[in-house]
Amino acid sequence: MLSKRIIPCLDVRDGRLTKGIKFKDNADIGDPVEAARAYYEQGADEIVFYDITASAEGRAIMLDVVKRVAETIFIPFSVGGGIGTVEEMRRVILAGAEKVSVNTEAVKNPDIIAEGARAFGSQCIVLGMDVKKVLASSEIPSGYEMMIHGGRTFTGLDALRWAKEAERLGAGEICLNSIDADGTQDGYELDLTALISSHVGIPVIASGGAGKPEHLLDVLTRGKADAALIASMVHYRTHTILEIKNFLNDHGVKTRLQW
Amino acid sequence: MIGIVDYRAGNLTSVARALENLHEPCMITNDSRSLDDVSHIIFPGVGAAGAAMANLRESGLDGQLRKWVRNGKPILGICLGAQVIFDRSDEDDTPCLGIVPGEVKRFPADRREGGERLKIPHMGWNRVSFRKGHPVFAGIPAEAEFYFVHSYYPAPADETWVAGWTDYGIRFCSAVARGNLVSVQFHPEKSGRPGLTLLANFCRWGGIDAQ
Repeated sequence: MLSKRIIPCLDVRDGRLTKGIKFKDNADIGDPVEAARAYYEQGADEIVFYDITASAEGRAIMLDVVKRVAETIFIPFSVGGGIGTVEEMRRVILAGAEKVSVNTEAVKNPDIIAEGARAFGSQCIVLGMDVKKVLASSEIPSGYEMMIHGGRTFTGLDALRWAKEAERLGAGEICLNSIDADGTQDGYELDLTALISSHVGIPVIASGGAGKPEHLLDVLTRGKADAALIASMVHYRTHTILEIKNFLNDHGVKTRLQW
Repeated sequence: MIGIVDYRAGNLTSVARALENLHEPCMITNDSRSLDDVSHIIFPGVGAAGAAMANLRESGLDGQLRKWVRNGKPILGICLGAQVIFDRSDEDDTPCLGIVPGEVKRFPADRREGGERLKIPHMGWNRVSFRKGHPVFAGIPAEAEFYFVHSYYPAPADETWVAGWTDYGIRFCSAVARGNLVSVQFHPEKSGRPGLTLLANFCRWGGIDAQ
């Protein structure tokens, strides 16, 4: 039986973590390579990097980070943020990432999903979705609208329709972030996650709102998610990955405990 | 020296990086003469069976792989490399290398586990119950999990080839072993310490199956 995956998310700008993470002695780690290594040792099932760099120089630094991470950890990791062409995907994959995620770029140019899947296989292509709850309408029948530019711009695109379309185009996985829940630490958006997950045949990673282990239990059961993204709750050491995994196993959700 | 067969089937550098971490010298090559000279061969790959077989035929590596299996050199197939060694694959209805009798099938779309429909691809960490006593699987704890990502699975015609089983709605063959050949459907290079143990075992293995 497949284990549910617990995936720390690291935001990187110009080659440094945007917020440091706390390590054993409560020292602050700002280096994404060291942070990835720490989470690998602590039992992360996968790692997500989100590059919020804007400059070309910053992008080159990120490729170097990806290379060094790939030499250091032996679990899958994905890289997202500003990747909009097959050539940009190729650079990140050759540097050692298993997966690339596309978000704003895919909404603007859906063909990038199909092109990426053809070039590298669907398993490499993750669709990142930033979603906001709105009033259901004829344009947005699910009541969930896609947003882009880090949640600053509405698109008029129905989130459920977009998820299905991206699956058809060849996305291998969806990383589903709720704009409403993101940063609250009050729990994932369960209705949204269950809606998308039950209407696509590819795995869904829930994102946004994790504050305690109970939240992960909820989204991996009632929310029907295949994996859960976590950030603050482990970055600030209020919880450890092992503690979260033990909690989930004790409540009947199988996670990987041997590493 | 470990030779990693390059037949344009995905990114092979992650296997090389794992071997470098184990201090095992390796090279990624499509040159069959160089591969004749290495002590061990790793045959990895991700992507589609049809394109992979076309590349193997075009480069002549299909015949070379059959030869290396016959000659007794230790060979490790990974993921797509563990599929195209069979007679044929459902994926693109592709005739394959015919080294292992049997077929590669697509996961059925309607399987459920604990009330939930199982997603395809089978993506993530799962257990493998390995055949006891094989040197390549030595020292791996029973609870260890490995990273899988695939939509098709190997189905050997003869179960004596099976060296590991995994459950995903159905029980499928996740590892094959006979003589000097071992193949695994999962990615040992992406499976943390248990995966590195398996790769280290393979690099030290002389190619003799204890069975």
